[in-house]
Amino acid sequence: MKDNGNYQPYSYFQLMEVSLRELLVEKGIVTETQVSEEVEAMRKRTPAIGAKVVARAWVDDAYRQKLLADGSRACEELGIEVAALKLVVVENTPSTHNVVVCTLCSCYPRMLLGIPPEWYKSRSYRSRTVNEPRAVLAEFGLRVDEKTKIRVHDSTADMRYLVLPMRPAGTEGWSEDRLAAIVTRDCMIGVAVPRLH
Amino acid sequence: MVETRFKPGDRVKVRKAYPLGHIRTPFYIRGHSGVIERVCGSFGNPEELAQQRSGEPKQPLYRVRFLQKEVWPAYQGNADDALEVEIFQHWLE
Amino acid sequence: MGGLPAGKVEPTEHDYEEWERRVDALMVLLSGGKGGRKLMTVDELRKNIEALPPNAYDRMGYYERWVTSITQVMIQRGVITTDELGRKMAEIEKRG
Repeated sequence: MKDNGNYQPYSYFQLMEVSLRELLVEKGIVTETQVSEEVEAMRKRTPAIGAKVVARAWVDDAYRQKLLADGSRACEELGIEVAALKLVVVENTPSTHNVVVCTLCSCYPRMLLGIPPEWYKSRSYRSRTVNEPRAVLAEFGLRVDEKTKIRVHDSTADMRYLVLPMRPAGTEGWSEDRLAAIVTRDCMIGVAVPRLH
Repeated sequence: MVETRFKPGDRVKVRKAYPLGHIRTPFYIRGHSGVIERVCGSFGNPEELAQQRSGEPKQPLYRVRFLQKEVWPAYQGNADDALEVEIFQHWLE
Repeated sequence: MGGLPAGKVEPTEHDYEEWERRVDALMVLLSGGKGGRKLMTVDELRKNIEALPPNAYDRMGYYERWVTSITQVMIQRGVITTDELGRKMAEIEKRG
């Protein structure tokens, strides 16, 4: 098997993937083209998509209301492909900070943020975010004031979550592109807040 | 169509049951009481879908808000810290 | 898993390999996404992941668990058989 230019023996699971795929292609269930097109489509899904949504909500209050009322529909308005995504957007305020986890597996708003980071799927994150969110956030370098309340969202069923962070002071007059550039993936999961550089 | 029994603001309790199979009601929340935050709509029952069955009729799904201090005995934080979980109607009473 | 004791969150990132991305793509297509034939539900995928041995989380990577689970569902549904899979894996291993 040639991977990244070097010949390597297949691992058991890599062998399983190749075998499964070849069998499915032979049986006419999928084509190699479909697989490679989906791989490319997924590669193009990055947090920049979610950041664009956040930036629009920051500059357009009517859009922000729509986003909070029906997340998927509001994303479609911006030309974002949502497919089967049922998006709930939760808004950070001076008195409330939101953070998202999936304790049961790794549910994540992939259409807006791409593939979730390894830590989001880890045993530690999934176990501890629900019962000690402040300690987990502190491990990410985010200290939440005692007076600010924290809402933890556990994606247990069909909804997927995006945190709408607060727009930082000092960004008055910024273009949407400039605003989107400070909205990181971690801000939209809730383990970080946007920072001016 | 399964009737939607609860509305936002209703106080509900998650049933305490530990059957076998694929279940999307986390262990940690069973037996706890909370408030309906919103009605999410009706969706196929994941317990049935996991067993290659249709999951019909669709079941009402809710976001339920719990107070952290009521869920975890040793919880440290703001008294209003909340935990919001999606729970299917058949797990609520 | 929520509320169980666990260690510090290591903010690990992972640059996914091509085979892992293909597993992800197969999951989307086989669940009926992107014009794929819907031959399984994510619920079956999750059920099979839950059925992995208790130490699977520590011993297996994320996409190793997924490819195992997707393959199990395909066998359970009769899309492929254990025999077909065994013969194909042997053939590919020989081919290299």
